[in-house]
Amino acid sequence: MNSLLSALWAYRGFVLGSVGREFQSRYRNSLLGAAWMVLNPLSMVVVYTVIFSKLMRARLPGANGSFAYSIYLCAGVFAWGLFSEIVSNGQNVFLANANLLKKLSFPRLCLPVIVVCNALLNFGIIFSLLLLLILLLTGHLPGLPLLALIPVLILQVTFSVGLGVILGVLNVFFRDVGQSFGIIIQFWFWFTPIVYPITIVPEKIRWLLTLNPMTHLIGAYQSVLVSGKYPDWPSCLWVAAVSLLLCVLALRLFRRHAGEMVDEL
Amino acid sequence: MGTIQVSNLGKAYKQYASRWSRLAEWLSPFDTVRHRPHWILREINFSVEPGEAVGIVGINGAGKSTLLKLITGTTQPTTGRIATSGRVAALLELGMGFHADFTGRQNVFMTGQLLGMRMEEIAELLPGIEAFAEIGDYIDQPLRVYSSGMQIRLAFSVATARRPDILIVDEALSVGDAYFQHKSFGRIREFRNAGTTLLIVSHDRQAIQSLCSRVILLDGGRVLQEGEPEAVLDHYNALLAVRQNQAIRQQLGEEGRVQTISGTSEAQIIAIGLYSAEGERVKSVRVGEQVELRVEVAVNADLPELVFGYQIRDRLGHVVYGTNTYYLDATLTEPRRGEKITFSFFFAANLGPESYSISAALHASNSHVIANYEWRDLSVVFNVVNTDRAAFVGTAWLPPRLECSRD
Repeated sequence: MNSLLSALWAYRGFVLGSVGREFQSRYRNSLLGAAWMVLNPLSMVVVYTVIFSKLMRARLPGANGSFAYSIYLCAGVFAWGLFSEIVSNGQNVFLANANLLKKLSFPRLCLPVIVVCNALLNFGIIFSLLLLLILLLTGHLPGLPLLALIPVLILQVTFSVGLGVILGVLNVFFRDVGQSFGIIIQFWFWFTPIVYPITIVPEKIRWLLTLNPMTHLIGAYQSVLVSGKYPDWPSCLWVAAVSLLLCVLALRLFRRHAGEMVDEL
Repeated sequence: MGTIQVSNLGKAYKQYASRWSRLAEWLSPFDTVRHRPHWILREINFSVEPGEAVGIVGINGAGKSTLLKLITGTTQPTTGRIATSGRVAALLELGMGFHADFTGRQNVFMTGQLLGMRMEEIAELLPGIEAFAEIGDYIDQPLRVYSSGMQIRLAFSVATARRPDILIVDEALSVGDAYFQHKSFGRIREFRNAGTTLLIVSHDRQAIQSLCSRVILLDGGRVLQEGEPEAVLDHYNALLAVRQNQAIRQQLGEEGRVQTISGTSEAQIIAIGLYSAEGERVKSVRVGEQVELRVEVAVNADLPELVFGYQIRDRLGHVVYGTNTYYLDATLTEPRRGEKITFSFFFAANLGPESYSISAALHASNSHVIANYEWRDLSVVFNVVNTDRAAFVGTAWLPPRLECSRD
């Protein structure tokens, strides 16, 4: 473990450089540049807000203020974006860098770290934009509970990267993983209370949703950003347990199959 | 620093009957094995001392590249172990990690980081890299406007910006144009002289011979021979022509040098010698003397065609001159079994004073790779002595006519 970390530390320059380059290369040849980064999720939020709160007259139960639903939606969609970016890039990271892995010797775990850093960078920009939006719409920020999002974010990254690396390693040997992931994440999105509040789900099957770690993670963002309340900490324990398990599993799987992976690529 | 120890190294890929059997093996709670190992390398043992230059040769698929990848640490060995000491640099795939949208300068930093260098270190090396690559103002242009030669030059310069303790080279000696080839070759030579351990895979006999003090011949994933370059390279050359039931013999010839003989023996050289104009067999020839290379050949089978070729090589095995009866437009068609053929080549020994050997071959068409009846290295060894000409250096005798004017 220590040797893994020190190898990563030695390659910090490579990790940071790659993150910067990926960021640059994404918008390098476009006129609007980094604006695209904001325009994409913004358009999604506009669509959801218009359709759900204006056309379908959906109101968030128990929340006052006409923009509560928009904020609820943004909090969920953006937080989900971070998760889905890490996992979907993670499951593809070894395949996408097959050439590098086959030809050069460097700490392999740099690659998922780069994925996480990239996702966090994007999320950071979008999240600051979201806070600005909240300030403009409601006139005030959630205040202290905002700090509670730091542990939530750490938890979310742990969960996502654990899952991402597991899928990434498996995907090298069984390409079906990558194919099925695209379908599963669609279902997963609607299985998580992002667009709808959990209260509209019938009591009988609500326990099913609470098994989904993403329900609690997204819920934490929503409660902090919409109502300024601290997240429900006990439910986060379950997420922490799952995340830890995933990370241990990911590390074991990676260590056992890292060598074979290069042969298979 | 700079040692390589390879002990009992083996590399096998796992072969599964189907994709499902891998899944079954992974999920099975027991240690059931559902794959067959496919061995690429087996029982490889060798060590390289600091500052030594070792060449690795072998026909395609012998496992050379896999061996290099194992030593650089890209792939993991299945059995055995590799121990290296010191910083290893590899010229395996030049330009790995280059990104066409970024400038040369940015790419230098990128590649440097990928090789584990720090930013300040790269910044320090950058002037040297720029100068060596000789790409001028292009350094600030995106890589996609570079010619392929410029990319390779930049890649080589980055990869060799620091002198490593061990340098591993895979066919990278011939990069860029002739000028840059000399330059890159010079840099590798410079590293060697400064004490870098070299491990080189190449098909280029000249390159290996001029750099390496020892050569390892790989065949079918095993070390077939290891030793002094000339003998091993001759063996390799014979392997190139191996076809069905060909035997390769190596025997200690005159002056204790290893003579390699290979081929199907469908035609054989029964006598070969160098004769003076007076018809006497000679071992020593004067510069510019008229000589005759006389060869007697026995045909042991009905053949479609027969070509005899020879190469005159210097002490290090570099080919000074070579030709064959195909090039001389005298291919014999349909020689019959039992025929005896005598070839006489008359030429002037326009060679510098040194020791030379003649490799002779009997084959079909223009090279021995297609059908090799017999290949005989060191079949004649002779000396050229300068007794009656003006002193000169080199292996070729090219006497000039001098005109000199003073105003």
